[in-house]
Amino acid sequence: MNFSPVLLITDVLLWLLVFAVVGYVWYVRRHEHLLVPWLKVRQNPVAMICATVLVAYAAIGLADSLHFRTASGAPGRSQTGVEVRSVLDVLLGAALGPMAGKSEKTYSAPLAIYSFAKETVEKPGGGQAREFPRLTVGGAHLKNPGDRDGDIAWRGALGLAKGLVLFAVLNGALALWVGRKGGGPALAARAMWRGTTPAPWRPILVTLLLICLMACPAVALGSHYHLFGTDKVGQDVLTISLKSIRTGLVIGTLTTMVMLPFAVLLGLAAGYFRGWVDDVIVYLYTSLSSIPSVLLIAAAVLIVQVSIDNHQDLFPTTLQRADMRLLALCVILGATGWTGLCRLLRGEALKLRELDYIQAAQAFGVARLRILTRHMLPNVMHLVTINAVMDFSGMVLAEAVLSYVGVGVDPTTNSFGGMINAARFEMSRDPLVWWLLAAAFFFMLGLVLAANLFADAVQEAFDPRRVVRRARPRIFQRGPVGGMTEAAEDPRAPGGRPA
Amino acid sequence: MSAYIVRRLGYGLLVLIGVNLFTFWLFFKVNTPDDIARIQLGGKRVTADAIAKWKAERGYDKPLLFNSAAAGIEKVTDTIYFEKSASMFALRFGQSDDGRDIWYEIRTRAGPSLALQIPNFIIGLAVTVSFALLLALFRGSRFDFTSQILLVVMMSVSGLFYIIGGQYLFSKAWRLVPISGYDTLFDSFRFVILPVVIGVISGFAGSTRLYRTIFIEEVGRDYVRTARAKGLSELTVMFRHVLKNGMIPILTGVVVVIPTLFMGSLLFESFFGIPGLGSYTIEAIQSQDFGIVRSMVFIGTVLLVLGLIATDISYTFVDPRVRLE
Repeated sequence: MNFSPVLLITDVLLWLLVFAVVGYVWYVRRHEHLLVPWLKVRQNPVAMICATVLVAYAAIGLADSLHFRTASGAPGRSQTGVEVRSVLDVLLGAALGPMAGKSEKTYSAPLAIYSFAKETVEKPGGGQAREFPRLTVGGAHLKNPGDRDGDIAWRGALGLAKGLVLFAVLNGALALWVGRKGGGPALAARAMWRGTTPAPWRPILVTLLLICLMACPAVALGSHYHLFGTDKVGQDVLTISLKSIRTGLVIGTLTTMVMLPFAVLLGLAAGYFRGWVDDVIVYLYTSLSSIPSVLLIAAAVLIVQVSIDNHQDLFPTTLQRADMRLLALCVILGATGWTGLCRLLRGEALKLRELDYIQAAQAFGVARLRILTRHMLPNVMHLVTINAVMDFSGMVLAEAVLSYVGVGVDPTTNSFGGMINAARFEMSRDPLVWWLLAAAFFFMLGLVLAANLFADAVQEAFDPRRVVRRARPRIFQRGPVGGMTEAAEDPRAPGGRPA
Repeated sequence: MSAYIVRRLGYGLLVLIGVNLFTFWLFFKVNTPDDIARIQLGGKRVTADAIAKWKAERGYDKPLLFNSAAAGIEKVTDTIYFEKSASMFALRFGQSDDGRDIWYEIRTRAGPSLALQIPNFIIGLAVTVSFALLLALFRGSRFDFTSQILLVVMMSVSGLFYIIGGQYLFSKAWRLVPISGYDTLFDSFRFVILPVVIGVISGFAGSTRLYRTIFIEEVGRDYVRTARAKGLSELTVMFRHVLKNGMIPILTGVVVVIPTLFMGSLLFESFFGIPGLGSYTIEAIQSQDFGIVRSMVFIGTVLLVLGLIATDISYTFVDPRVRLE
């Protein structure tokens, strides 16, 4: 076995982001003014439940962001045809066995042992018949098809029991960790369940228990059946859903990372320098935000697609090409989505620059760049934090819509939008192919709901007075009334300086 | 006031010129017409002759910005920029890839788009504002709390699920309305009712949450305390005072979308088979018809600029404290 890591660009960026978050946590712990609002978030039970769920999603996504290739056979042979796999693929392969990946011919319902489509099969005694064939691997261990229900119940119960054991182990480990500074694990475990610890451990533990009780039966059943069925080409839907999580996370986080530098630099510069800098920046964001954003995104994606297609030789594998497209989508979403936050920060900077401490710094002759970084930036960081957290869920939802419009991720990339899109073509089928939709719904709702509730908690902790006004790009409004456009969030006084 | 409007229109024109140049750069400079021709004609094995023919058919065989071969004014006018991009200011959009006049298509398709968007807009606004006011009236109660949780859950569901679920339930399972299609403007009621209902539902959560916070903010103001001190009933306070003042940010906020209603909705029109501008755009994107995409970007920008100007003007109508100078 020849093992070599494969570095995809989004992998690298995602891991850099993880290190940045770790660095931020380290920084926050040393700064009282940042620590206080985050401690407030920590005391919010709903926020902690959501954080637990988000950590679970992030773990899956990050495991899917460590890619490597293994070339079997003698070294020195050509590398063509080698498969790039991720750690998640390996884990799934270990947990689900032959179910992971593509194993059937076409659709099959969740937990089914028969195919969804009839096939012509040869009868043992000669002649042919149209019937539903048994699946290749799904439920193949059953000798007698009638045993299915009992087998499922038995495996499900076994999975639940394993989940309880796993949870007990996790609970013990956490108690060891919490009780490490005195008191010991037994006392810590009691305090955690009684809710006498500073952080609300009880809701976290209950969430963990639920996750264990879902994950373990899923593995127990998923290793012998297709828990969420299979898709059109016979791929396990559970596997696709888990691999789609990474796409959602990449789009949700990297887009914000692209957007923030634009918004912060330009917004602060416009508000602080005034004059022609302000005029140019205001003109820039007014023009950019005057283009309907779906169209702008679609136009940019089409153009990038043409570029990628014309330079195929730059990307040795399809995975790298798909990855480039994903990155391009993040960059485009970020480069078109900074206007709302920029406008907000400009307004804030206009207010800040008139305050005494900035005036004092100016009177002392502090360099302008230093005023910006030392005095202005820290005082708008709460807005930046709130926005970064709030944008995440919107981007995950946007991915699905963009994939539907045809300007989303590469068709070879697993994504929630791709799953919904695939299911849509089968809407007219009877009986209905519902499991693709159900799986996408379930995994997306978990991610987006947790992100939304967490964002609310962060907003409440950092800026309790500000009205909840989500500066979302226009594509995320569902109806014409759904979601206000930038005009509504404009911090300028009505009738003030025309933008 | 009129001086202000003229100034805003001038600025809008400036924005339009910027957007026009930007889209030109995006569509002709980042990717040359050669690149687009190669993709449209299919891959690598395309001869230079085929590309030249493709370009000549569509008028892409001219210099981009300056034609040194032509004489006089034609040096500027006989270029791709002038013919394909600047001409949009005169509403000349040229032809789509299948040879139809884009401006004609846009005019005929605006009707179906509006037939869907106007009821959606009005009903959506009425429903969300009423429900938000109801929540503000019962603020802090168990009803308010459960509704808020429900709203967050509703917000976290992708709009696509509302459409697919609604189509399945109403059209397929219960057979109440046709699944998709369209008829002439006044016979299309049965086709439009389902997308409108689903549109209202899917946009419900986000707006209601926003409007609720606006109303609750108003409830905390001094004039409300004064009204209560005068002994007015809670209902009178809510309807007479809070509703009226809360409507100021709400109305001025939705004014901007009114012109863009013409653009239609990408998702709803393509799911429900309504031949409006939304489905026109989505088909153009999917078949990579850059001419249509460019035109729609231009029209969308014009409408949005108008909407923003209308927003500023609408402040003066609903809020007598505001004067535009």
